[in-house]
Amino acid sequence: MKQWEVVIGIETHAQLSTEAKIFSGSSTAFGAIPNLQANAVDIALPGVLPVLNRGAVECAIRFGLAVGAEIAPRSVFARKNYFYPDLPKGYQISQYEHPVVLGGKLVIQVGDTDQTVHLTRAHLEEDAGKSLHEGAGQHFQGRSGIDLNRAGTPLLEIVTEPDMRSSAEAVAYARALHALVRWIGICDGNMQEGSFRCDANVSVRPIGQPHFGTRREIKNLNSFRFMQQAIDYEVQWQIATLEDGGSIEQATVLFDPVTGETRAMRSKEDAHDYRYFPDPDLLPLAIDRQWVEQIRAQMPELPGAKRDRLMVDYGLSLYDAEVLTSSLELAGFYEAAVAIAGRSNAKACANWVMVDLAARLNKEEREIGDSPVSAEQLGGLIARIADGTISTNMARKVFDTLWNGEGGSADDIIASQGLQQITDHASLERLIDELLATNATMVAEFRAGKEKAFNALVGQAMKATRGKANPQQVNELLRRKLA
Amino acid sequence: MSLTLEQVHRVAHLARIEISDAEAASTLGHLNEIFALIEEMQAVDTLGIEPMAHAQDLAQRLRADRVTESDQLAQRAAFQAIAPETEAGLYLVPKVIE
Repeated sequence: MKQWEVVIGIETHAQLSTEAKIFSGSSTAFGAIPNLQANAVDIALPGVLPVLNRGAVECAIRFGLAVGAEIAPRSVFARKNYFYPDLPKGYQISQYEHPVVLGGKLVIQVGDTDQTVHLTRAHLEEDAGKSLHEGAGQHFQGRSGIDLNRAGTPLLEIVTEPDMRSSAEAVAYARALHALVRWIGICDGNMQEGSFRCDANVSVRPIGQPHFGTRREIKNLNSFRFMQQAIDYEVQWQIATLEDGGSIEQATVLFDPVTGETRAMRSKEDAHDYRYFPDPDLLPLAIDRQWVEQIRAQMPELPGAKRDRLMVDYGLSLYDAEVLTSSLELAGFYEAAVAIAGRSNAKACANWVMVDLAARLNKEEREIGDSPVSAEQLGGLIARIADGTISTNMARKVFDTLWNGEGGSADDIIASQGLQQITDHASLERLIDELLATNATMVAEFRAGKEKAFNALVGQAMKATRGKANPQQVNELLRRKLA
Repeated sequence: MSLTLEQVHRVAHLARIEISDAEAASTLGHLNEIFALIEEMQAVDTLGIEPMAHAQDLAQRLRADRVTESDQLAQRAAFQAIAPETEAGLYLVPKVIE
């Protein structure tokens, strides 16, 4: 049997986080009532002219800088001609021969290894509107309803080289890109609302064959899980077809999450004849060096660089550094906590953020951005564990109190609730002497060889101090007294 | 280079222009004349000249990223008053199914 190689390239449409549309002053906010955010330009009334949104261009520049691409000093908008009711002009304004971002690369993590995915280009374009069909309470007397609120929303289409060799690599790329566009603040990444949509070009070839096989394009993958399922199904289908002596026809396919299968869309033989030409309504886009440098100066430290720095500066493991740099907000939170708790407690901060805080956020389905416990509060708490003021157990209680908004800082809560550990040796010793005197039976049991009785005594001591004794210290004292 | 009648029909179809056989034949003649003109222009030596994307050698002005629309309900009502059919704020069109 032949060995097959999978070849995947990905095109992503990232909706840019601008206030206004790419060529008009309409709002891009999601969820408005139909056609409320569709002005004369968006619905393509005769005589209107597009004027490019500077904010959309800045997003493209930020992206280009983040992936080490060339920012084209001059790029050109073109008309992509096709007829569809949610495209009122009869063409989409896009970029074709001269895109704004050229080349670049993204480093992705597959298992334990870093891999590089090369980008071909990224270009600016406008989104189309939405077609709504009958069903789900909609009755259009056998017609379709058109909502043009989304028409003209700025998109950055990001195209890779065919560099990926498995669905796992494709998903790793999509996740890395998703994290990056959010990190640099150009896209909210909301996949349910369609802000980040991927198309996967998939082909297979016998290992060793120099040229690529015929590809099929899986459209509109709006979750990472679907992407993985769709590619796996498509690959297996293509291999089975070829092994049965069939051939692959170039096609656009859709993934059906219910059946887990991909199927070809109705053949549109004319669909790819878009007759692109430079849009005479728009002069070339000029981006000077100074503008690029100005934006470069405002760029945040990128996730890869921050990951490496956290490992060097704070001695974190690769895994910890990866997790903490999964979003700019999380990384910012972590560093703010370390700033309070001190660099020597960096590892403890990582554990608290990744374990205790993450679990609590997860449970309540909150994002780090709306954590009820601030980075300063958490850092303050960790500092008090580190200097021995409170035990880790007590700290969890203080954390709960902070979470419930019942205290301004760990120090306030420790003071007002009297949670300081009893580290005063003399008073602890007095307490244990009393304990041994009143629990003679347990002492006798322990002396008779029952280890359980020892644990019970420790429990009694902790209870008597309302958990404020240092358990290790109690242990040592008891052992000594009972020896 | 010259076009075929079949290509004229195809381009007309792509542009959703209804065209009779007679019109196609005369259009073919016109288009081929334009192609002949282009061929003549291509004989000019343009080596070392940067191609232009627009007849005016300028760059486009940009707008600030700011929402400029107001009173959108009234605007939508005005737009929809001249639309053939609307319902629940949507423009209705012949059914489109993928």
